[in-house]
Amino acid sequence: MFGRLNLDAFKHESSQNIAVIGMVLGGIAIIGILFYLKRWKWLWNEWLTTVDPKRIGVMYIIVALLMFFKGFADALMMRLQQALSVGDAHGFISPGHFQEVFSAHGTTMIFFAGMGIVFGLLNLIVPLQIGARDVAYPFLNALGFWLFASGAVLGLVSLAIGKFSTAGWLAYPPLSGIEYSPDEGVDYWIWLVQIAGVGSTISGINFLVTILKMRCPGMTLMKMPIFVWSALCAMVLVIFAFPILTATLYMLALDRYLGMHFFTAGFGGNPMMYINLIWAWGHPEVYILILPAFGIFSEVVPTFSEKRLFGYVSMVWALIIITILSFIVWLHHFFTMGASPNVNAFFGVMTMLIAIPTGVKIFNWLFTKFQGHVHFTSPMLWFFAFVLNFSVGGMTGILLSSPPVDYQVHNSLFLIAHFHGMVIGGFLFGFFSGFTYWFPKITGFFLSENLNRYAFWCWFTGFLLAFMPLYMLGFMGATRRLDHYEASTGWHPLFLTVGLGAAIILCGVCIQIYGLFMSIKDRKNNLDLTGDPWNGRTLEWSIPSPPPIYNFAITPTVDQLDPLWAIKRGLAPKPEKDYEDIHLPKNTPMGLCIGMLSLIFGFAMTWYIIWLAIISFTAIIVCLIIRLSGEDEHDVITAAQVKEMEAARLRSQTT
Amino acid sequence: MKLKRNVPSMLILTGIILFIFLIMQPLEILFFSNNIALLFPKGIIALEERNLLLIIQLIMLLVIIPVYILTFIFSWKYRAHNPHGKYDPDLIDNTLAEYIWWGLPCILTAIIAVLTWVKTYELDPYKPIESDKKTMTVQVVALQWKWLFIYPEEKIASINFLQFPKETPIHFEITADAPMNSFWIPHLGGQIYAMPNMKTELHLIAQEAGDFRGSSANLSGEGFAGMHFIARASSEDEYHQWLESAKQSPKILNFEEYSKLAAPSQNNPKEIYQLKEENLFNQVIMKYMHPQEK
Repeated sequence: MFGRLNLDAFKHESSQNIAVIGMVLGGIAIIGILFYLKRWKWLWNEWLTTVDPKRIGVMYIIVALLMFFKGFADALMMRLQQALSVGDAHGFISPGHFQEVFSAHGTTMIFFAGMGIVFGLLNLIVPLQIGARDVAYPFLNALGFWLFASGAVLGLVSLAIGKFSTAGWLAYPPLSGIEYSPDEGVDYWIWLVQIAGVGSTISGINFLVTILKMRCPGMTLMKMPIFVWSALCAMVLVIFAFPILTATLYMLALDRYLGMHFFTAGFGGNPMMYINLIWAWGHPEVYILILPAFGIFSEVVPTFSEKRLFGYVSMVWALIIITILSFIVWLHHFFTMGASPNVNAFFGVMTMLIAIPTGVKIFNWLFTKFQGHVHFTSPMLWFFAFVLNFSVGGMTGILLSSPPVDYQVHNSLFLIAHFHGMVIGGFLFGFFSGFTYWFPKITGFFLSENLNRYAFWCWFTGFLLAFMPLYMLGFMGATRRLDHYEASTGWHPLFLTVGLGAAIILCGVCIQIYGLFMSIKDRKNNLDLTGDPWNGRTLEWSIPSPPPIYNFAITPTVDQLDPLWAIKRGLAPKPEKDYEDIHLPKNTPMGLCIGMLSLIFGFAMTWYIIWLAIISFTAIIVCLIIRLSGEDEHDVITAAQVKEMEAARLRSQTT
Repeated sequence: MKLKRNVPSMLILTGIILFIFLIMQPLEILFFSNNIALLFPKGIIALEERNLLLIIQLIMLLVIIPVYILTFIFSWKYRAHNPHGKYDPDLIDNTLAEYIWWGLPCILTAIIAVLTWVKTYELDPYKPIESDKKTMTVQVVALQWKWLFIYPEEKIASINFLQFPKETPIHFEITADAPMNSFWIPHLGGQIYAMPNMKTELHLIAQEAGDFRGSSANLSGEGFAGMHFIARASSEDEYHQWLESAKQSPKILNFEEYSKLAAPSQNNPKEIYQLKEENLFNQVIMKYMHPQEK
């Protein structure tokens, strides 16, 4: 009846029990508050069934931040364990559990924190920047989000019921094969990544089409804001890369469930094939994260330098070159597999080429500041730290791309320091910058600037302390994923420093949470009434904050880059107010339904509850058929209503 | 919303933090010099790899240092409300400047690429090391979770311990009877994966005598952290003494004993065996070529 699920699945180590209890209590508290405030109907109508990209974007960011906190808690546990577990001491978690923790950390951060942030920002900003009222496929967009969310929930379920994978975040076989990992951990990993991955593919298609087909009149490709360009490139990567992931995971699942031999060690299977395939997805994946961060900085730096972006055309070509190159470098993740020098040298050189467009971007950002008026608001602080950290990360990246050097530092903590420098120093700092920058646009009020600055200093020092010593640890021969090491290695003082750094970052995160909470509480005093608080250049700042449901009362027409900047400087005429009827898609619960059914399907497959898997899968198909066979329904906002809403807004602004 | 103007204090603070990290590095290196295998290598291969690392690092600094300097200068000079800063909002393009920063990274990357290309062939782990002394072969099997070293010519085997004469090239043949591992002795040179059903090769040499820590660099399951071993480079005489004593070891490794060894176990102490099984290494590989259904 319950497949492999039995009571043992609920027994955990003490550290995990605390997390589970906290999670359950948190869930109960949220449900209780919803009942107390009688907000269920609001939740259902305004959020759960919505197809409005602004709402979906907010939900993406909320889920991504929650998952970020979970992944961060994992990181803290690992650093604490490594600070304690030296010589005769063995720390506070067992090796098996430690391996679950780092596998969960990587999976959570990349698939849920990272991808959630990317799609969240795209949902929030891309339609506004291209002057669109909606995305190309509103339902697909909602479906993509709900699949992403059910993947995240399945990850949380794995914390409470059974074990998570112990095979690392990419689950290399044969370790992840049925022979060496017979329990449910890898199955959890397969299905949660699979569900979220399908969601990403769907969202990728939606945004690619949105950017290509929904731009406002006059906005040619070379007049798009650079953030949209970065999004376009990232979506091209999503569409080409994620199907590889999906296929690879299905093959691994077939190995595990039906005893096939794609990646087994014997019977003609080839684990090396898996490693090639997973990195053919995995390398583009990291660019899917970093390109939008580049886009964010390309918006933030000009705005706070009171200038336009330096070298727009160069920036676009740099993005395109990075996009193309990212598909022909995957082998640099395993130079040490024993390929011939031709192969290794080729991939090494291809990897180095990426440094050229990236270097160009850095110089263009710097020269955007040149002869500008640079305002050091917190988004610019993040940019400042980004340049410093990302340069170091880039330099170590070049070192890693040279095969002979890589032989020595591969899989060591040097590698960990490098990619955290890129993902935190690059992507995450970019997100924090963009989050502060666009927060008033989305919510209509500001984040606390002072608290942001305190958080920034914690992050900056904490990051240096937590990751710079890792380079040295790598030089000392410390490999990644160690739950214990001997005292004679001499690593302990550095691991303690690293732990201290993690603790300082924790302070930064706490300040950020507090800051978010306080600014929501004090929002009445921090309202953004102008809609353009930073003196922006692009279309999203030409509309009120938060944007009305239809985004643009009048579809803008654009004839140059930075249209708002042109209007402000008198280089372009102000748009005329000529309202028209606006069609918006109707809400639908189908996305939520399919998401929930996928969650059940994933859970059932993990525990071999065959009947439930069959039922839920059939239900997914039925839902899709129902949705596809229905007519597209629209809500219409008439021109008169639009006029009234705009007038009401103006009135409230003046009072 | 009021924009903050405390640029100088922010730049000074960042400068101080970076400066502390900058002076920490040499201190760190001085303090831990005995343990920093990569920077103070004990073998030619590791030395070559370190030198390449340092050269590339130096070339990269040609870009990084200007970026750092420009970051600080521009932040200072063009801060808002600076009466001396020039303001030109329409300065958005400059062909010469663009040529410079497309060109400069291109040139530097080309230099690094050529260097890498040459060195990748030179330091190919499969390439034998030239030496007057005869190359010695050691076969390595990664097990769950320990390393088995087989000396096929000397007819001995050991667990988590490896001894060899210094200045003698060693040819490692590597496989696994376990999930994938990576065989790494940082003092002597780079790593290579140990994979079931596969044979990889690695050539290393030690210039100095000493005990060097080796480990597995790739996650291979629960006992992974305990998969470290001692690689002892000694003088020729000491090596032969050790060899003689090893040949007298009471423990015997045949296929039956091997099957017991291959069962998962953690944190194994060092063991020495007499090798009584011809071709054990090949049999381990063949195990996966003709696997028995369980």
